[in-house]
Amino acid sequence: MRVENVVCPFCGCLCDDIVAEVEDNRITAVKEVCSSGRSFFLNARTEATRPTVDGKEVEWPEGIDAAARILTDSACPLIYGLSSTASEAQRKAVALADVLGASIDTTSSVCHGPTTIGIQNQGEPTCTLGEIKHRADLVVFWGCNPAEAHMRHFARYSVSARGKLTPQGRRDRTVVVVDVRPTASSRKADFFLQVRPGSDYEVLTALRALLKDETLEVTEVGGVSVAQLADLLERMKGCRFGVIFFGMGVTQTGGKHLNIAELLALVAELNAYTRFTAMAMRGHGNVAGADCVLTWQTGYPFAVNFARGYPQYNPGEFTAVDMLGHQEADAALIIASDPIAHFPRRAADQLRRIPTIVLDPEVNLTTQEAQVVLPTAIYGVSAAGTAYRMDNVPLPLKKVVDSPQPTDEQVLDWIIERVKT
Amino acid sequence: MIGIINGEVYDPQNGINGQVRDIWIEDGKTVSGESVDRAGAEIIDASGLVVMPGGVDIHSHIVGAKVNAGRKFRPEDHRDHVRSRTAVTRSGSGYTVPSTFLTGYGYAEMGYTTVMEAATAPLVARHTHEELEDTPMLDKGAFITMGNNHFIMKCIRDGQREKARHYVAWLLGATKGYAIKIVNPGGVENWKWGQNVGELDDEVIGFGVTPRQIITTLAWINDELGLPHLPHIHGINLGQSGNARTTVETIEALEGRRAHFCHLQFLSYGGEPGKRVRSGAAELARAVNEHPNITVDVGQVIFGEATTMTSDGPLQYRLHRLTGNKWLNDDVEGETGGGVVPIQYKRSNPINAVQWLIGLELFLLIDDPWRVFLTTDHPNAGPFFCYPQVIKLLMDRDYRAEMLQGINRRARRSALLAELDREYSLYEIAIVTRAGTARSLGLQNKGHLGVGADADVTIYSKLDDKEAMFAKPHMVLKDGQIVVRDGRIVREHQGRTLYVAPPYDPGIEADLRTHFEECYTISFDNYPVAPEYLSRSEVIPCA
Amino acid sequence: MMSKFILITGRTAKQGEALHKGKDSDEYRQATGFVEMSRPDRERLGVEEGRHVRVRTAFGEAELELRENDLPEGMIFVPMGPMANALIGSETRGTGMPDSKGLEAEVEPL
Repeated sequence: MRVENVVCPFCGCLCDDIVAEVEDNRITAVKEVCSSGRSFFLNARTEATRPTVDGKEVEWPEGIDAAARILTDSACPLIYGLSSTASEAQRKAVALADVLGASIDTTSSVCHGPTTIGIQNQGEPTCTLGEIKHRADLVVFWGCNPAEAHMRHFARYSVSARGKLTPQGRRDRTVVVVDVRPTASSRKADFFLQVRPGSDYEVLTALRALLKDETLEVTEVGGVSVAQLADLLERMKGCRFGVIFFGMGVTQTGGKHLNIAELLALVAELNAYTRFTAMAMRGHGNVAGADCVLTWQTGYPFAVNFARGYPQYNPGEFTAVDMLGHQEADAALIIASDPIAHFPRRAADQLRRIPTIVLDPEVNLTTQEAQVVLPTAIYGVSAAGTAYRMDNVPLPLKKVVDSPQPTDEQVLDWIIERVKT
Repeated sequence: MIGIINGEVYDPQNGINGQVRDIWIEDGKTVSGESVDRAGAEIIDASGLVVMPGGVDIHSHIVGAKVNAGRKFRPEDHRDHVRSRTAVTRSGSGYTVPSTFLTGYGYAEMGYTTVMEAATAPLVARHTHEELEDTPMLDKGAFITMGNNHFIMKCIRDGQREKARHYVAWLLGATKGYAIKIVNPGGVENWKWGQNVGELDDEVIGFGVTPRQIITTLAWINDELGLPHLPHIHGINLGQSGNARTTVETIEALEGRRAHFCHLQFLSYGGEPGKRVRSGAAELARAVNEHPNITVDVGQVIFGEATTMTSDGPLQYRLHRLTGNKWLNDDVEGETGGGVVPIQYKRSNPINAVQWLIGLELFLLIDDPWRVFLTTDHPNAGPFFCYPQVIKLLMDRDYRAEMLQGINRRARRSALLAELDREYSLYEIAIVTRAGTARSLGLQNKGHLGVGADADVTIYSKLDDKEAMFAKPHMVLKDGQIVVRDGRIVREHQGRTLYVAPPYDPGIEADLRTHFEECYTISFDNYPVAPEYLSRSEVIPCA
Repeated sequence: MMSKFILITGRTAKQGEALHKGKDSDEYRQATGFVEMSRPDRERLGVEEGRHVRVRTAFGEAELELRENDLPEGMIFVPMGPMANALIGSETRGTGMPDSKGLEAEVEPL
């Protein structure tokens, strides 16, 4: 059986033109996917798995009980993850945090959290991806490598995509990559600016200064010659519609949110000359949705705490790496994420020490060390739901195959009910 | 069965002006007193209290992509305005951009039971509906922005308004929307080229159509489809000195077709373009008085913090340049755009003072309360929490005079407002906050307490201080359930999403598929919002 | 002999593909268990491609397979994953975000 218009929920591209072949409740083939998407769909499991408590298989009521008890026994529980599950489940996770007085944080905090902080300072001139496809004749990738991390981005949206004002696709665009090292993306660019690690802030500030017709008293900034910067700036001012896509290269180094604030300020200032936009390359498939859900339900997109009975926001205090690194969280509920694989060791070690519950379809490094493992259906494969693309366009995920596993939404509902009694 | 007895009832749609009446409720609807078996009824003694239908807000930005972006980038708005969870309510935060639970509870605690989300881009309607699901207590709907829609502009260009009509019908059903919303028609598309429109006959870049054509075509479509509400128009040149002229021209361009002009205050500026703004309220009030086909809501400025958020991309950029405040912009492929900029309205600021004056002048100069409604274009001119303050300004001319003394001196000296004595009565307040808005929206079961109405009822204490009276109702019922007592939520309630689903020619699908391939980065099949997104809903019929 | 480098971590296509096969799979271990440097640096270090080296930062160390790639001299790249995380500290400087790129690292042959 052929299923069309399937949405791949793996990365922030949320490609929704996937075609899946299903036989006997197994996905046997997928078309129009990149290699990560193919791997995601073809490795999806549908056999029944039971919850485990301390490594032993149990029935669902017992698993829910154990999870609820861990959470209600703890003084400072942390709910974390959420970037690879549907918004319907994310909403339940916030409800649970509210009832518990817990902290709740998403993978944004180690990804584009600094972007959010930058936006809160500076604002963000942005657009949906179709605007880029149709209008953008200058595309800058700053500190990101879509050729490896968002593999259909170029073809669907930003480089070779053919649009109304860009009918010749690649030929109608100038592509610039700014990074600390050559990458698969920089090899596809017209211009590659190699910056010294940790100097994006200076380079962005220099561009803003040049935009204000300041004279720079140096010949290079961050390893890039002022002549190259001046050239880039002229191209930016002179284009029809420009965009800077940016990623971990600027959120994870040096100034972090200060880098992003400079980038966004530059983009805002360019709008005095032409139309210019910025867009964060969101990594996981529904981390944008996690930001959206936390924001509409609490007012804040990540690093939220309910201990006082109302939402508080403080990156650096309620963010997961800090709650764990400072040994403040004394229990954790991890949903659709693998922090033991992705967190700095010190934070991962705290997860090993405290009672941990995991909701995840897969065995991963966190499930292997958790007290309670609740295996759920896979969003976009065996669980329907909603996910938000990197430009915040929401898409309906399909249930392509059946699974005996409950959804994250269902399991969180059970836990909430149990916690309330 | 509930009986609200002995209250002073204000039900303007049924001509009841403070008479003592009993209201009987069964199964969520008001019923006739005669057919009632009073034996088992729960009696609410409303002696000495004022009874009105629940408030109906015709224009407010409460949910969806733009609102949420505003919430996300204004944590400073939320920190001092929080709400703790209780056994029956969720927690929340925010003042000009409150979180969704706080929005629902805040409105209900003020006696409002129906709120219309003022602008949703169709591509992200799904987001609007997810947030509406998390907005408790209220019945709600969403207006769908169409004034810069590529499919519609192409139809106008090609002289195919019948096709545009079928498209609009399809679009409203696909987005589960309530009404046609038009924002700076053509201007938002031109902003994608860094430009705008300034006259009704300016050209939209790449389409060759004009704002006048967009407005008249959509007004025609509105009539053809028999939609319950009128085309809801945010006109061109919003916020600019001298825009009163083009606003009046836009009213005249409708040539008698019915339409609603939103937040008219922002479009009623006299003076020369580029020069100091002056009140154009007299001119606009005259135009509204002379055109009975028009309803308006005011968009009254409240001194204090606000957050401007509209689909009017070029306007929002202008506000950013004017104020220096942080700026969000979001252009939506093939459909619309928009932005968010925080703003503060200060009494001492001569422009803000004039804006404040204009809103009140509009209220007092427009004769027919059935055609002028109370809004603050939340949160553009002020937060909805401040509606009671506006009510007091309308009902109490001494309070108004006192406030007038506090504003910028130059603005005050030439103010027309100083000469306007009129005070709104409770009856008129009931019209501009519920009876009239429900009628303009075409909601036959709202805004009144006649037999068959939804049992959304608000009971107020009779206080001299009208702000206090309307800020904290004695009791609120929603669908016949008591949900608020003494201004606090006692019972959570999930309202209904109201939408329209006018029929359309299914033959249009081939054109739509082609359009999607050419225009969008998502599949046609993934665009419509499935009914599952609305846990409780009601389709409002078209004529 | 130890050489000093700047450490960059990041996603790769292979790591993205392998993580669906299971984080205990050979593919995942291979996709996340290497460190890349430029040829001149590798030659100065005196280690053959495919051999293992020890990478150390102020926060921890990891044994990784050495590979060559087009990188600026003085820079090493490790794909994101459990090995990279052994090298990253949990101090976020009040942002929530650990320093994950641009760290000082030492590399020595085993």
